[in-house]
Amino acid sequence: MAWEVVVGIETHAQLATKSKMFSGASTAFGAAPNTQAAAVDIALPGVLPVANRAAIELAIRFGLAVKGAINRRSIFARKNYFYPDLPKGYQISQYESPIVRGGEIRFTLNDAERVVRLTRAHLEEDAGKSLHEDFHGMTGIDLNRAGTPLLEIVSEPELRGAKEAVAYARALHALVMWIGICDGNMQEGSFRCDANVSVKKTDEKGLGTRCEIKNLNSFRFMEQAIEFEAKRQVELLEDGGQVEQETRLYDPERGETRSMRTKEDAQDYRYFPDPDLLPLVVPEQLLSEILQGLPELPDVRRERFVREYALTVYDAGLLTASRAAADYFEALVKAAGVEPKLCANWQTGELSAVLNREEQDIATCPVSPQMLAGILRRISDGTISGKAAKQVFEVMWKLGGSADEIIERDGLRQVSDAGAIEKLVDEVLAANARLAADYRSGKEKAFNALVGQVMKASRGKANPVQAAEALRRKLG
Amino acid sequence: MLNATLAELSAALAAKRTSSLELTRACLERIERLDGTLNAFITVDEARALEDARRADARRAQGDAGRLTGIPLAHKDILCTRGLPTTCGSKMLAKFVSPYDAHVIERFDAAGAVLLGKCNMDEFAMGSSSETSHFGPVRNPWDARLVPGGSSGGSATAVAARMAPAATGTDTGGSIRQPAALTGVCGLKPTYGLVSRYGLVAFASSLDQAGPIGKSAEDLALMLEVMAGFDPRDSTSVDRPQQRYSQELDLDLKSLRIGLPKEYFGEGIEPGVRRAVEEAVRWFAAQGASTVELELPNARLGVPVYYVIAPAEASSNLSRFDGVRYGHRAAEFADLIDMYCRTRAEGFGTEVKQRILVGTYVLSHGYYDAYYLQAQKVRRLIARDFDLAFKKCDLILGPTAPSTAFAIGAKTEDPVQMYLNDIFTIPAPLAGLPALSIPCGFDERGLPVGLQLTGAHFSEARLLGAAHRYQQASDWHLRVPKETPL
Repeated sequence: MAWEVVVGIETHAQLATKSKMFSGASTAFGAAPNTQAAAVDIALPGVLPVANRAAIELAIRFGLAVKGAINRRSIFARKNYFYPDLPKGYQISQYESPIVRGGEIRFTLNDAERVVRLTRAHLEEDAGKSLHEDFHGMTGIDLNRAGTPLLEIVSEPELRGAKEAVAYARALHALVMWIGICDGNMQEGSFRCDANVSVKKTDEKGLGTRCEIKNLNSFRFMEQAIEFEAKRQVELLEDGGQVEQETRLYDPERGETRSMRTKEDAQDYRYFPDPDLLPLVVPEQLLSEILQGLPELPDVRRERFVREYALTVYDAGLLTASRAAADYFEALVKAAGVEPKLCANWQTGELSAVLNREEQDIATCPVSPQMLAGILRRISDGTISGKAAKQVFEVMWKLGGSADEIIERDGLRQVSDAGAIEKLVDEVLAANARLAADYRSGKEKAFNALVGQVMKASRGKANPVQAAEALRRKLG
Repeated sequence: MLNATLAELSAALAAKRTSSLELTRACLERIERLDGTLNAFITVDEARALEDARRADARRAQGDAGRLTGIPLAHKDILCTRGLPTTCGSKMLAKFVSPYDAHVIERFDAAGAVLLGKCNMDEFAMGSSSETSHFGPVRNPWDARLVPGGSSGGSATAVAARMAPAATGTDTGGSIRQPAALTGVCGLKPTYGLVSRYGLVAFASSLDQAGPIGKSAEDLALMLEVMAGFDPRDSTSVDRPQQRYSQELDLDLKSLRIGLPKEYFGEGIEPGVRRAVEEAVRWFAAQGASTVELELPNARLGVPVYYVIAPAEASSNLSRFDGVRYGHRAAEFADLIDMYCRTRAEGFGTEVKQRILVGTYVLSHGYYDAYYLQAQKVRRLIARDFDLAFKKCDLILGPTAPSTAFAIGAKTEDPVQMYLNDIFTIPAPLAGLPALSIPCGFDERGLPVGLQLTGAHFSEARLLGAAHRYQQASDWHLRVPKETPL
């Protein structure tokens, strides 16, 4: 009987607000230690939390985007534990009544649609940072991050394996950026995932004992960690052992997970409703306002691209990887007025390659959709060849300018004059009598070689379709 | 002058019969003379008080004075004051100086009041006798061998001994009203949400309210006008129109329906207390008020409910005192856990530790439902009893405490006996209701008895009006403790 890997993902997405969850301090990344910690963040005696309306609205926006139920009355609760970077001695979170219940994330894996259900999403505040380096025999505390608003998004344990877990995490990552609730910056910790991994025999009904894996700060690490952990659990069970419920840390240098704390070390957090904060009541009016402000969502847009522009699911997926990419594509189609397929090929091919090479983002691309449209129009009407188009694009990237200007200035116009092409064909046939004879004796390959010679003689400018037609006629 | 009410002092200042400087000096001199014995103050900053007084006098000279401009006040040492220690009566915060002012302090500052000093109290407001302070017990000015009640015992004593014309206190389960009763002064616990808790060091967040302590109901009204008001920094602060309580004191007693819960007149009340309170009931009836016999069947559960909810919240609220950022930190420790343990073992007193332990226990996995959740359910039943009662009456009358002041040390060994002294004051905060205590006579030992009036939410004006009418016809509130003659 085969083993099945079951994964659930918990994600902490930092909400894109200017100020903290319960104080007015800035959430900007990278400031000098403790310069962005207000009295509330330091937990001075007598201070009180006030919930950040913007963070609440972003959480609702997420809930609506994933078609979850927005809890009309959710409760902030205190999670009590002692740690030096937790100034109050408790974290304000949501426990029994989260702001979002249920919902789903849709994504494609190997061209197949997958839907994964969410358990919940709740608001909470981040802790500060303990800095163990640079302090000999001491620990530094930086409270800049303390109180930063987080949305903890919990998936059901129904992802099957590392690849699917990563595809889910990528889709969630794209979604939170798409709807503008999180900047998605994984290096700065704006989007952090933990994976709950268990294994079971395919025919087993329940779930196996799970381990929670922390420190997955890239998708690559996530895949490696889950694969390692699943293998570890399977080997343990096949050797007659048992999986112990524990929290494990992923070590990217060694490519393995190791135990951080076992269930016996689990703390009693003594959750109870925070008496400093009233129940969070969401009025109908606010819900409908936020719903109206939601953009077209990635899965909806992907399906529309397939339908409206006759694209493959794969291309549509690439073009809806981000809102900026999708917006670029639609602007390109509109400006070019050519086959959408040509637009898609260029955006996912040449444009994407150059963006990668130059380490640029499509949002800051120096070639606007309107500029690229100029090139595509000239390909479509036969003015330039595909090869020349790439040259035009390179020049445009570096120096700017319109396609037509570059084509004229650099003499990239394709030769479509029938008389000139005929003359070239005659010259080539005269100089390559052998190839002509081969073709006539049935060697089809020789024909392509002759077309190549015509193109070479024209220094690439001859219209290849016209050149081929003229050759066939002459070789008759 | 030291026995004058705020209204009288305000009028004297306005008429230039005295100055804030003169008044402040008189208070400081009296503190100097009496506080060595009474121990009502933890901090007195003469220079700052005199500076405040000069500024108030200058403001008055410019014609920019309000009714409390230039009035010296004492504040409970649980309200944060910038530049002065805010100790909460604890070793944990013995040297803590807040970088900001509590909302209440800001309001008095804006009104031009003078800050005389910070008053002694039970450690972190946990107690009914003002004996648990790190700075030593407060003594009752009626008899220095007795406690003044607590936890705002320093504030009540400062007013009773005429060291300050008025003071602030905070009330969680009776901490304003019970010491007011035991020292013969007036104290009001406002409706939950009326006075911002911003800058009030939290004991039990769902119960804590700051309120005034003064010589008369009118004094309380004048103080409350300054203290009450919406504050966006406190999510439980209620946004409602500002009221002029001192202009609403002329209550018609003829249409007043006074509720008398049989639970407030049962067993366990000292005869002297019962006699004085019943005398007050007869006076109200003689003025034409009607009396209604009531039942508050769940009120008897107030004490046990309170001693689950308040410690639960306290155990979490006091977690921030961990030695990491401010306050006491153990001098030596082996590691992080040892630092926490030693710091908190050294920094907190016995009563605080007991309550943290109880609170931690009732919130623990497996006990939460049986204790905390159950207590919250009973709390709602207590509130419902009051809702039903206020359909039949306008205010509820009874004794503030079952006894008058008791001896220092008499109840420290038996917490349950100590806790039972709050049996009548605990239900109002559990229901978020306003309640006040005013003097209504003396027992056979000559110790003051407190009368408690409890009203529906935001009915402070009615409570103050009833108390004011009573004080227009009596002088219990103007009696000066015999051990601290003027």
